[in-house]
Amino acid sequence: MDALIRPATEHPVQEINTTTDTRDYLAKSRQDAERKGYADWLIVDIDAHHVETVSWPEVTSFIEDPVVRDQAKMYHSERIGAPPYGLNGDLGLRYQDVGGRIPHQSSQREKVTETDVHRDVVLTRRAMHGLGVDYMVIFPTPMLFLGMHPQTEMEVFLSRAYNRWLTEKVLPGDPGMVTLVVLPFNTPVEALKMVEEFADTPGVIGYCVTSTRYKPVHANEYMNLYRAIEETGKPIAFHAGYHWQDPSLATCNTFLGMHSLGFAWCNIVHMTNWILNGIPERFPNLKSLWVESGLSWVPFLMQRLDDQYLMRQSEAPLLKRMPSEYMADNCFYTCQPMEKSNMKALECTFDMINAKSNLLYASDWPHFDFDTPSVIYDIPFLDEQAKRNILGLNAANLFGLNKNGPK
Amino acid sequence: METFNVGKIEEFEDKSKKVVTIGDEEVGVFRLGDEFFAWRNICPHQGGPICQGRIFSLVLENIDSKMESHGRIYDKNKVNIVCPWHGLEFDIRTGEHPGNPSIALDPVSVQVDGDAVYLLIEGKT
Repeated sequence: MDALIRPATEHPVQEINTTTDTRDYLAKSRQDAERKGYADWLIVDIDAHHVETVSWPEVTSFIEDPVVRDQAKMYHSERIGAPPYGLNGDLGLRYQDVGGRIPHQSSQREKVTETDVHRDVVLTRRAMHGLGVDYMVIFPTPMLFLGMHPQTEMEVFLSRAYNRWLTEKVLPGDPGMVTLVVLPFNTPVEALKMVEEFADTPGVIGYCVTSTRYKPVHANEYMNLYRAIEETGKPIAFHAGYHWQDPSLATCNTFLGMHSLGFAWCNIVHMTNWILNGIPERFPNLKSLWVESGLSWVPFLMQRLDDQYLMRQSEAPLLKRMPSEYMADNCFYTCQPMEKSNMKALECTFDMINAKSNLLYASDWPHFDFDTPSVIYDIPFLDEQAKRNILGLNAANLFGLNKNGPK
Repeated sequence: METFNVGKIEEFEDKSKKVVTIGDEEVGVFRLGDEFFAWRNICPHQGGPICQGRIFSLVLENIDSKMESHGRIYDKNKVNIVCPWHGLEFDIRTGEHPGNPSIALDPVSVQVDGDAVYLLIEGKT
């Protein structure tokens, strides 16, 4: 053995688990951010999540209906081990962490000693630091199932309570944290009220429809809503989700298969109805954003709709252009989870969707398929300006964010 | 080539690991039986801290001679390190992803001498 032997230093974090500090979890991303000089770039993360059910008693204390609010309070004080009051969803079918292989998806039990702001502000700041982002759009997590709630009024109660709680108790903690107000889309009149109520609320930069639902987006009841959103100048986002009980997805025996299809399928259906019913023609200034379905579904649907449209134009008489042109010009997309196994296909996709102007970076942190900004920064076929656009400037343009970052 | 002592053999239980830092490099050292393996702590997928993940046995589909499935089982002889960022798994012996061997970890030379384990790293001096 060589005479000159030096000791190696033991790494302070030997194994990452559910108690690991987000800053340690994302240490390599932080190093990457510093190496690449993200401090000089505007980076906007359009889709990150917090687990609102950790704070569910707080959230439900914002329910306006006094009877339902009291019921929620009693439920949480007297039931042990029960799921969050009033929430529908997949209960125990939460296999995102692949049986403990991806701990941050299971839970974030890290220490939070700061008391000047809400715990979710602390966790979000840590993630923003780790990823090197300036703005982070915060979405809920279990509430993404709300569109399938059997009680449409509960969707209204809970979404309004969440929106109020988030904008009053959480967002004021950091100017970089912003949100898209969750709309109770199954009740169009209430969704319209929500748009009006939160249009000028600080931190609200747009509106979110959770995509897992069976309501057709072209129904006449939604036209007032779209008009109102168009007038605010803020976008409407369709945030994908899954619904394993959907009869076709119920044939999938793995989370892998169901999730791969489910997160694309809901937006494929909504986009098809959105385009073929001419929503972009009816509301030419309404900007739609399609979130968390990845990107490979877009060129598929563009080609599919174009092909069929030419043969059946009379079924979509509002269209003045090919479906793919609306999808490329009138619609915006977030990249995550960006499919990267075929770089030629990705380059073609970027070209087809006008990525340089219409694609926005999203991390989806802390979920199992999150993307760091390097998924865009490292793309070999993009020039620096395109990377800057996708990582932040396109979002700044779409949402009216400060290009120098939050103040 | 420079040599770094990562500890005594007895500090490593079977199917365990130790992650060490050497300058700006991080390396995971793994023990499987009497063998030691070392990989750089960078996942080829998105640069995650692969060696700080958990260790799992390889999962197999339990197929009988009629090609019918009877669920999944562990292969106790094949042990993977799993990236805590996104769950990519790599065989600790070969460094290869079980589903795509072209995706693989970056090896570091490891040597046992006497009762201690050493890493040999190029260009540190």
